[in-house]
Amino acid sequence: MIKYCLSAAMLALGLAGCSAEQQDLRADGLVYCAEGAPEHFNPQRVTSGTTIDIISQQLYDRLLDIDAASGELRPALAKGWQSSADGLVYEFDLRHDVQWHQTDYFQPSRVLNAEDVVFTFNRIMDPEHPFHFIGGGIYPYFQSVDWASLVKQVSAPEPYRVRFELSRPDSSFLSNLATDFAAILSAEYAAQLLAANTPQLLDSQPIGSGPFIFREYQKDVLVRFYEHPHYWRGPAAMQQLVFDIVPNNARRMAKLLTHECDVIAYPRLAELALVSERPDVKVQESTSMNVGFWAFNTQRPPFNQVKVRQALALAINQRAILQAVYFNQATAARSVLPPTSWAFNQQLATPEYNPQAAKALLAEAGLASGFNMTIWAMPVQRLYNPNALKMAELIQADLAQIGVNATIVSYEWNTFRRKLTEGEHDSVLIGWAADNADPDNFFRPLLSCAALESGSNRAQWCDPVFDRILNQALLTDDQLQRRSFYLAAQQYLQTEMPLVALAHSQRIQAINSQIEGVTINPYGGIALFSARRVQP
Amino acid sequence: MINFLLRRLFLLGTVLFGLSLLAFSLGYLFPGDPLQNFSGIRQLEPQLRAELTAAYRLDHSYLSQYLAFLNRLWHGDWGLSLASQQPLLSEIRQVLPATIELTSYALLVSFLFGVPLGILAAIKPEGYLGKIINTITVAGYSLPVFWWALLLIMVFSVGLGWFPSGGRLGVLYEIPTVSGFMLVDIFLAETPYQQVILLDALRHLALPTVVLATFPTTVMIRFVRDAMLEVWEQNYIKTAKAKGLSRLQVLYRHGLRNALLPVIRQIGLQFSALITLAMLTEVIFSWPGIGRWLLDSIYQRNFPAIQAGLMIISVLVITVNMLTEILHTFFNPLARKR
Repeated sequence: MIKYCLSAAMLALGLAGCSAEQQDLRADGLVYCAEGAPEHFNPQRVTSGTTIDIISQQLYDRLLDIDAASGELRPALAKGWQSSADGLVYEFDLRHDVQWHQTDYFQPSRVLNAEDVVFTFNRIMDPEHPFHFIGGGIYPYFQSVDWASLVKQVSAPEPYRVRFELSRPDSSFLSNLATDFAAILSAEYAAQLLAANTPQLLDSQPIGSGPFIFREYQKDVLVRFYEHPHYWRGPAAMQQLVFDIVPNNARRMAKLLTHECDVIAYPRLAELALVSERPDVKVQESTSMNVGFWAFNTQRPPFNQVKVRQALALAINQRAILQAVYFNQATAARSVLPPTSWAFNQQLATPEYNPQAAKALLAEAGLASGFNMTIWAMPVQRLYNPNALKMAELIQADLAQIGVNATIVSYEWNTFRRKLTEGEHDSVLIGWAADNADPDNFFRPLLSCAALESGSNRAQWCDPVFDRILNQALLTDDQLQRRSFYLAAQQYLQTEMPLVALAHSQRIQAINSQIEGVTINPYGGIALFSARRVQP
Repeated sequence: MINFLLRRLFLLGTVLFGLSLLAFSLGYLFPGDPLQNFSGIRQLEPQLRAELTAAYRLDHSYLSQYLAFLNRLWHGDWGLSLASQQPLLSEIRQVLPATIELTSYALLVSFLFGVPLGILAAIKPEGYLGKIINTITVAGYSLPVFWWALLLIMVFSVGLGWFPSGGRLGVLYEIPTVSGFMLVDIFLAETPYQQVILLDALRHLALPTVVLATFPTTVMIRFVRDAMLEVWEQNYIKTAKAKGLSRLQVLYRHGLRNALLPVIRQIGLQFSALITLAMLTEVIFSWPGIGRWLLDSIYQRNFPAIQAGLMIISVLVITVNMLTEILHTFFNPLARKR
C-alpha cells in the first residue's frame, strides 16, 4: 500500500486515492503466469500440458476424479458406479445438482444429465456424429488407449444414469474416465451451436460445469475466467482467474518477484535456490507421475543383446545426472513406475554405478574393445527431462570410461519424433508423463508390442512374455492380484533392460506466499478451485 | 500557401505510390506462394484457390494485379494474419493505438522537459547549470535503449517494486476496448474502481514512457539550447535589449517564439527514430503495440502481417513528417515564400 502511494506521489498526478477498496479487485483475483498459450478450450482434443493446465480443471468436471494424495478414484459428477460381474458393463449415477455455465453466448435450460455424457463420448467414438470431425477428428488421448475399440456403446437408460458397454474387460477403464481429457461437455450447448451453424465454436467458446466460467481469450496475451457462482462444490475462493501468457522464463520469474503473477509455471530449476530465500515467494513441489529414461533400440545390434544393455546401464552415473540435470528436484528411478504408485516393486535393486562390472559384461558379450553408438537427445525441455543435451553429454563421458564412443544427435522436435518412430536411433533420452493413476499407463504405451506399432515404443521392444503379463493384469479388478502382475513386470524389465529409467521429476511451482490452496494433480493439470489469498 | 500545400500533397501521393508498389512486390519477393502471401489464408482448398486467383487477378498482368491490390487496400481487405487467421486490419486496429499512445506520451514528456531545460541551459551556457544539463544530455543521448530499459526494470520494478515490469494494465482489471487508447477506455468504462485502474494504468505507463522519452528529450534539450543561442545573437534581440526590455521579456516575446519554430519541425524528424525506439521498448516492456506485433510476425514468418505492418508504419511516419512540415510553414512566413 505504501508503495502504491509512493509511486502515485512520484507521478505527481494527485490522483493517489489509496483507499481500502482499491485492494478489492486484486484480493479477489488470481494471476497464473503460464508458459504458453492454449491451443483451444476443449480437453478432449489436447495433449499439451500447457493447455490442460489452463482449461481442464478450471472449466470442466469429469465423471470421476483422482485423489491427488492416494491416487484412488473418487466420485465427481458420478455419485456412484457399478460394474457387471464380467467387467463389460459399467453404470454411473449422476448428480442432480450440476449447473452449467451461464454466459453471454449460452443460457442453460437444465442441469447436467446423462444426455450430456452420451454426447461427450459419442463425439469421440462415432465418426457419424455431427461434431466428430469438427477440429479435425483427432482425439489423441482416447486414440492412444484405443477407446473406439474398447467402448461399444454409451447410453442413457435413465435421465441421470449412464451405461458404458465394453467389448472386453479393462481395469484401466475407470482411470481413463478420471483423466483431464474426459471432461463432460454440454449437449444442449452443442445443439444450440449446430442450429446456429457454428459448431466450431464448441471448442473456442467453452461451456463446462467447472468452478470457473470462460470470459475472454486475447490471443497470446491472456485468458480470463470468472467464478461459477452455482458450482456444485460451492463457489471458488477467487472471483477472477487470469492466465497471463509469458513464454519467457526470466520474465515470468521477474513478474513473480514484482507480484504481477501469483503463481508461475515451470520456474527455471537453476534459479530456485535464489528465489526460495525471499520471504514473499514459496516454492511448491509436488510429485508428478513421470519418468525420464534412456531407451535402447533393441532391434539394432549390439543393443539386441541383453548383456550390452545391462552393461550400459551399469556404466552411467545416475546420481551425477540427478544433480546436474535435475538440480536434485527429482527422485532417482529404480523402475519406469514411480515409487508412489501402488504397484511399485519395493524389492527392486537400486541401480549401481560400476564401470568395472560394465566392462566385464561387455567383454562377455564379445565387445571388449568397445563400439560406436549414437545418443539422441530430445531438443525440448520437458518436466521429465529438463535438459536432455546436458544429460547426453554426461552419459557420453561415462561411456567413454568403458570404451564406448558415443555421438550426440538432435533434430527439431517434430523431425526428431518422426525419425524415432522410424527407429533410426541407437539410443534416445526421452521420457513419459502419466495421464492417469493406473500402472498400465506406464507400461503399455512405452513397451508393449502394440506401442511398437503405434510408434511410441522408443526401445523398439516387443516381448510376448512381457505383453502377456500386462494383458493378464488388465483382466482382473482385484488390486492385489493386479499388483503381483506388475511386480513381475518390473522385475522382468530390470533383467531385460530395454530402457534405463533415470529419474522421476517433481513438478515445481513458484508461488506468492500469500496464496494457498493451489493443488497439482500428479496425473494432470493444476487445479485453482480452492486457491485463495491469505495475509501472511 | 495553397501552392505549397498542393506541392506537399503531390509529394505525399508519390511516396505512397512507391510504398504501395513495394508492398505489392513483397508478395512476390517473400518466400512461398504469392497467393498465400497476399491472402494470408493457411489452408487454400483448390476451389478457394481458384476463386482468389480470379479475385486477385493473379492470372493477369502485374499491372492488373497491382490495381486489384490497391483496390483491396482501399476497401479494407488487407488479408489475414498467417498466425492467427484473423483479418490484419482488425489486428492492427488493436495494436496501433497502444503504440500511438506510448509515443505521444513520450513526445509530450520530451517537450515538457526538453524545452524548459534547453532554455535553462541557454541562459548561461558556460555556467554550472548549463554544464550539468549538457553532461546529462550527452549521457542520455548515448544510452542504448534496451540497456536503459532493463536497468530501470531491475531497479524500480524488481528491486524497489514501485512499478510493474511490463504490460499496459494489471491483468485483473477488465476494461472493454472501445477506442484502443487505454486512458480513454478507462474513462469510458463503467466501473466503481475507475480511479484505482487509472492509477494502475499510469504506473504501467511510467517506465516505458521514461525509456522512450529519454532520447527525444535529450535531442530536444540540445536543439532548443542551440536555437536559443543562435536567436540570441540576432539583431532584433539586440534591438529589444536596447529598448530596455527586461531579460525575461526579451526571452519570452522575441527569443522563444523564434527559437521554437524549428522545434516543431524537429518533432517530425524525430518521429521515425521514435518509432524505431518504440519497437524495442514495446518488446522489453511487453507493451502490446504494433512494434512488438511486427517483430513477432517476423519471428513467425507471418509475411502478410509484415507487409501490412511495414505499410502502416511508413504511412504513419510520412504523414507525421508531412503534418509537422505543414505546421512549421504555417507558423513561419519565411518558409512559405521558399
